[in-house]
Amino acid sequence: MEQLENAIELKNVTKRFGKVIANDSVYLTVKKGEILSILGENGSGKTTLMNMLSGIYFPDEGHILVEGKEVTIQSPKDAFDLGIGMIHQHFKLVDVLTAAENIILGLPGKGALNMAQVEKDIKELTEKYGFDLNPAQKIYDMSVSQKQTVEIVKVLYRGANLLILDEPTAVLTPQEADKLFAVLRNMKNAGKSIIIITHKLQEVLALSDRVTVLRKGKYIGTVETSEATVESLTEMMVGGKVSLDIHRADPVDPECRLKIEDATCVNHEGLKILNHVSFEANSGEILGIAGIAGSGQKELLEAIAGLQHIRSGKISYYPQDGSTHTLSDMKASQIRNLGVHMSFVPEDRLGMGLVGKMDLTDNMMLRSYQEGSNPFLDRETPKNLAKEIVEKLDVVTPSISTPVGRLSGGNVQKVLVGREIASDPEVLMVAYPVRGLDINSSYTIYNLLNEQKEKGVALICVIEDLDVILELCDRILVMNNGHITGIRDARKTTKEEIGMLMTKNTEEEK
Amino acid sequence: MSVILVFLQKAIAQGVCMLFGASGEIMTEKSGNLNLGIPGIMYMGGIAGLMGAFFYEGAVENPSPVIGLIVSAICAILCAGLGGLIYSVLTVTLRANQNVVGLALTTFGVGFGNFFGGSVSKLAGGVGQISVATTASAYQAKVPLISEIPFIGPVLFSNGVLTYVAVALAISLAYFLKKTRTGLNLRAVGESPATADAAGINVNRYKYVATVLGAAIAGLGGLNFVMEYLGGTWTNDCIGDRGWLAIAIVIFAVWNPINVIWGSFLFGALSILYLYVPGLNRGSQELFKMLPYLVTILVLIFTSFRNKRETQPPASLGVAYFREER
Amino acid sequence: MAQANMTKVQEPFVRMVKRDTISMQKAWAIRLIAVLLSLIVCAIAIVPITHQNPVEIYAGIVSGAVGNSRRIWVSIRELLMLLTIAVGLTPAFKMKFWNVGAEGQILMGGLASAALMIYAGNAMPNWLLLIVIFIASAAAGLIWGIIPAIFKAYFKTNETLFTLMMNYVAMQIITFCIVFWENPKGSNTVGIINSKTQAGWFPSIFGNAYVLNLIVVLLITVVMSIYMKYSKQGYEIAVVGESESTARYAGINVKKVIIRTMALSGAICGVAGSIIVSGASHTISTSTAGGRGFTAIIVAWMSKFNPLAMILVSAFLVFMQEGSIEIATQFGLNKNASDIITGIILFFLIGCEFFINYELKFRKKHEEEVQA
Repeated sequence: MEQLENAIELKNVTKRFGKVIANDSVYLTVKKGEILSILGENGSGKTTLMNMLSGIYFPDEGHILVEGKEVTIQSPKDAFDLGIGMIHQHFKLVDVLTAAENIILGLPGKGALNMAQVEKDIKELTEKYGFDLNPAQKIYDMSVSQKQTVEIVKVLYRGANLLILDEPTAVLTPQEADKLFAVLRNMKNAGKSIIIITHKLQEVLALSDRVTVLRKGKYIGTVETSEATVESLTEMMVGGKVSLDIHRADPVDPECRLKIEDATCVNHEGLKILNHVSFEANSGEILGIAGIAGSGQKELLEAIAGLQHIRSGKISYYPQDGSTHTLSDMKASQIRNLGVHMSFVPEDRLGMGLVGKMDLTDNMMLRSYQEGSNPFLDRETPKNLAKEIVEKLDVVTPSISTPVGRLSGGNVQKVLVGREIASDPEVLMVAYPVRGLDINSSYTIYNLLNEQKEKGVALICVIEDLDVILELCDRILVMNNGHITGIRDARKTTKEEIGMLMTKNTEEEK
Repeated sequence: MSVILVFLQKAIAQGVCMLFGASGEIMTEKSGNLNLGIPGIMYMGGIAGLMGAFFYEGAVENPSPVIGLIVSAICAILCAGLGGLIYSVLTVTLRANQNVVGLALTTFGVGFGNFFGGSVSKLAGGVGQISVATTASAYQAKVPLISEIPFIGPVLFSNGVLTYVAVALAISLAYFLKKTRTGLNLRAVGESPATADAAGINVNRYKYVATVLGAAIAGLGGLNFVMEYLGGTWTNDCIGDRGWLAIAIVIFAVWNPINVIWGSFLFGALSILYLYVPGLNRGSQELFKMLPYLVTILVLIFTSFRNKRETQPPASLGVAYFREER
Repeated sequence: MAQANMTKVQEPFVRMVKRDTISMQKAWAIRLIAVLLSLIVCAIAIVPITHQNPVEIYAGIVSGAVGNSRRIWVSIRELLMLLTIAVGLTPAFKMKFWNVGAEGQILMGGLASAALMIYAGNAMPNWLLLIVIFIASAAAGLIWGIIPAIFKAYFKTNETLFTLMMNYVAMQIITFCIVFWENPKGSNTVGIINSKTQAGWFPSIFGNAYVLNLIVVLLITVVMSIYMKYSKQGYEIAVVGESESTARYAGINVKKVIIRTMALSGAICGVAGSIIVSGASHTISTSTAGGRGFTAIIVAWMSKFNPLAMILVSAFLVFMQEGSIEIATQFGLNKNASDIITGIILFFLIGCEFFINYELKFRKKHEEEVQA
């Protein structure tokens, strides 16, 4: 009898990718009309597990039960037929189509399309749950939160009873996240079951009825949210007591290394991606850059590194030897030779700093191969550097002739950051250095950065996680929409203040 | 006046073959497959139709033109569709590189056409060239009565049946892509197969069907050429570069089947313009024959300048899709 | 109850799993099986047409390709040409630049050689003429390769179709020149150039007409292998090919690399044109390139740019091509039969790569090793 209340039940589900076990006999139940959180660090197997529910992956072992009946989900279509709908972290929408066209994609119904009728149906649905959506708008004209709305409506339109949301608030402002939570509660009250994948404890506590915790692919347990606390969940998530404190030394004799004055950058569509930006970066300190994804963080670092042309303004560099250089007039390679280095960890971890198909040695020389006038490559020096980095940073790799694309995310990032540090920079810029890393690997990276800080390097770090940025950095620069909305002392400010600055309306200023 | 008339007539006749090819290629490319095998597929369609008609005419006492037409059209569609199937198996199921497979298919298809075109008559125990005058007459038949209307008649209604089939196909393709569910799904497959897959669309099936049907349509282009233009015979390399031009027209038409219609006729006009420009000697005629290629290059350059979202190629064009790829 | 449910669960019949690594032997075994299968399919296609024992047909192919020393040298000559073009294409493809324009680059190189043979045939000693021919044909191919590269670098113009169209422009230029060079008048062909003086022909070395071809081609192959593997420019090509954004981040001038690499690729294809015209056919026509520019793409791609594999693949294709031309004449068929056979073999070779990269897992409760 009790089984009937379960919308979904997973028993003993295991999934392997080659030698990696992504999910190791995981159990999970979701009741009707409840919100379940799946909590776990990045890489703990949350998304893989949900991808098996939505038909993207097929489990190697185990059973899936929907409303008490064992089922086989071989494709997303099977999942839809069972009333399971997933909203992925990376939206699966076709840019050149309208919201309505995306919503009806793949649905049965023969013959000619009546878009007017479809749009009317969608309007009804959005009004019922309180969404804000124009069905005739093209996806490429939409904001991130609008796109998310399309994804959710798409799933509901198909009559899903179970909604799975993968890190839904990662790309939203706090205000947008609140709006989303309200809609989710409406849906729960209408009898839908909802699974939220997240690693943000506050959200778990604010929204869900129960929490299932995964760690490194293993099932740890399920608890009632009302009985859980931040501490108890953290412990389940990271396993045992781990000090969350990041060691932070006070800056020693900070000197101005970089001075950015009134820099403005324009993208190819004519929009200002950096809007009259001014700040300084000092030696021996970590300057954190906070902001919602796409606020101009990347462009800012690229402008300093000479990879992005600035339309107006000036970037000056004052190295230890007392000279002065105007970086905004120089080429990327010259800037690097002066000791201003950048390592950028893109979403796929490889795309910009490393070449996945090349081995460690060849990747080491990516920045330095041009040195000297010999037309042939020197592979000895980078080979030794690769050995050194592997040893010093505990990079797990079969050998230095393994393609970096085969290494795990944490090791790739160690290689990436390690290479930049190896050549003794005076200014080191890192973007998303712990993106996708587990806690231990993250700490290795934090330690690396702190080591550089103590050596007197001026560090600029773009970091997504506000908790980390508050604990790691000395000063925090907040960006929104290409503007700097504030620079705060990390020791004195609060998460709320930074959050407010991240969403501060930039148009009203002046 | 009469020179212009003849010019327009010939331009349309030249363009039909490419119109089929380009329509087929649009269908294929909308599924994300860039089929560079279209030139070979057009040869396959042409020769298969020719052989179908040849064996039919040889087998019966009094061959009927209409039955010959039907037999040859079916042969052309099947054989060209087979070319599309080879392409799909290799690129979709076996995930081989699309350009490499396309080029191999073109090598194969052109050789296939020339081999049978040159030797089928001999293989069947006969002598001389392959010729199917009876069937060709059905393809060449003009529309009765209205083709007699001055000017409009000769230009628009004196073409063979496949000309109208080609235009009708292009128009229905435009309707299909814009106004039907299946068309919408197909466009989604070509834009973002992962999205289509997540929406429950069988990506591989769409790719297979679109590619095979696209190839069959392109095959009709080859058939049109050998039947209507050559009058039911074969000469070596007869279809020439029209397959490549068809692929170029797809770009010229920014993936819109309606633009393909006039684009094909324009290319047809360009490719025979040298015959109608007065005062050309043999050398400068050859230079004039460059026009279609130069225009294609200019269009390529021009389209790469502008950034309008709706005129870009399908986003996943040329990329294989595999769901469990990590 | 759980037991009853178990039987209903259906695992997909076959699933594909990407292999981590595969041993060399296994990979080559798969390729060998593909070749054998393709030969069987070819036999199935040929037998009903020729009504002959397939074994005899393949014996005919072997004899056609390497049956006597003249045939062996013809096969070697063809192999060398294909190899040169494949080597020339390698830098472009390594950079993921789809140079489908080798045909045109070869034609332009061949055109330059033919022009020099015609107009400068008596103006200088033969060794100097040959050097001028090499330089001029490289320059001609370079220009033909660099035009699409410039547009690709600056405007991201689709290079596949651009280079393809350039082939046809080159062909028209050739037919244009034939009008002036035709010999005898009215034949619409150029005929053998300098058949008396042999000016601009590759000289015989050790009494063999193709030894110089061999030397030139091997030289190009070795130099290019070293260039790709050990030079800084070769490294840049690899980085740009793998990821343009990484290259940009590393401070590589991507535009310059694209243009420089295509200049090189075009120049080698141009030299290939001179090898064909000065070193083999001693004439020029629109079929001088003869589809080798396309076949070489497949050779380069299938060999994964490994020069040894390139020799092997070219040798196999040439072997089959020359062999099937022979059986075609034997049985009174036309020579395009070789295109069909080549096509079938290519389909199998292209398709078999999948089984090297992926493993098929069949539905099975008890996992057992089927093959070692």
